[in-house]
Amino acid sequence: MEGNIAELGQYIGAGLAAIGSGTAAVGVGNVAGNFLSGALRNPSAAAGQTATLFIGIAFAEALGIFAFLVALLLMFAV
Amino acid sequence: MASEAQGEEAGLSFHPMDQFLVKPLFGEGDVHWYTPTNVTLWLFIVAVAIAALLVAGTRGRAIVPNRVQSVAELAYGMTYKMVEDVTGKDGLKYFPYIMTLFMFILFSNMLGLLPKAFTVTSHIAVTGVLALAVFISVTVIGFVKNGAQFLGLFWVSSAPLVLRPILAVIEVISYFVRPVSHSIRLAGNMMAGHAVMKVFAGFAAIAVISPISILAVTAIYGLEVLVATIQAYVFTILTCVYLKDALHPQH
Repeated sequence: MEGNIAELGQYIGAGLAAIGSGTAAVGVGNVAGNFLSGALRNPSAAAGQTATLFIGIAFAEALGIFAFLVALLLMFAV
Repeated sequence: MASEAQGEEAGLSFHPMDQFLVKPLFGEGDVHWYTPTNVTLWLFIVAVAIAALLVAGTRGRAIVPNRVQSVAELAYGMTYKMVEDVTGKDGLKYFPYIMTLFMFILFSNMLGLLPKAFTVTSHIAVTGVLALAVFISVTVIGFVKNGAQFLGLFWVSSAPLVLRPILAVIEVISYFVRPVSHSIRLAGNMMAGHAVMKVFAGFAAIAVISPISILAVTAIYGLEVLVATIQAYVFTILTCVYLKDALHPQH
């Protein structure tokens, strides 16, 4: 056993932050799935809402990216 | 046990993050602000490629466009419609800047996918400047166009009165987080995608799984082409949304 405990904590924390990326995937899938179920019910209104779809995906994804940022900070900045 | 792990590491000697290193173009040494680096080279290539498509490609001004001109017209028309749809008629004044952003990000994402290329947008230094430029200019436009009324953006008048101060705090925080998420979304997506490709390419060194690895790299490359386009689109459309907030701060 060598290395110090702080480094161990960094790596464990970075790994735990990867869970956040997974939950962001759930959020993005939720947005896209709900869009699809709405679009299949009223296909004529779907074309005008693709911009909203991408904005929703971007906002859901932003929080996953914060988790990724935390992982990067733990790995390289702390 | 330890020597086994080391031997495996020697067989898999790939460094997925090495592709993002900034190196001087000529010789070795420190990188100063005036040193021509691989970033400089690829920024130049991106600028030349955009000029080739948009300036040289539309030089003929044909009524029936050829292939290059129709691609340029398609890019122009798509961005124009995006700005008009999201921001409204009065946002069209800022269309040239948004078009510049879109073409720059799209081309640096796409050219970064070439083998041996350097992805300019994979660095937070680049995307951070783009996002900060958008953030600062949008805030200035908001205050110039609406004066103190711009602060109404943070005062959600449709919410119950008790909740409004709490919502104001949340709105202010989310306003200032915008440049962070705006820049890291692009840089993170580019960096993560390229690193994943390198990791899968590294697995090809093991003979047993190399066919699967090569198939996976091909599939991920296809995904990356999609991601490169979508991220350019998302960055542009978020710029349009922020601009709309600045022009019409009422909820």
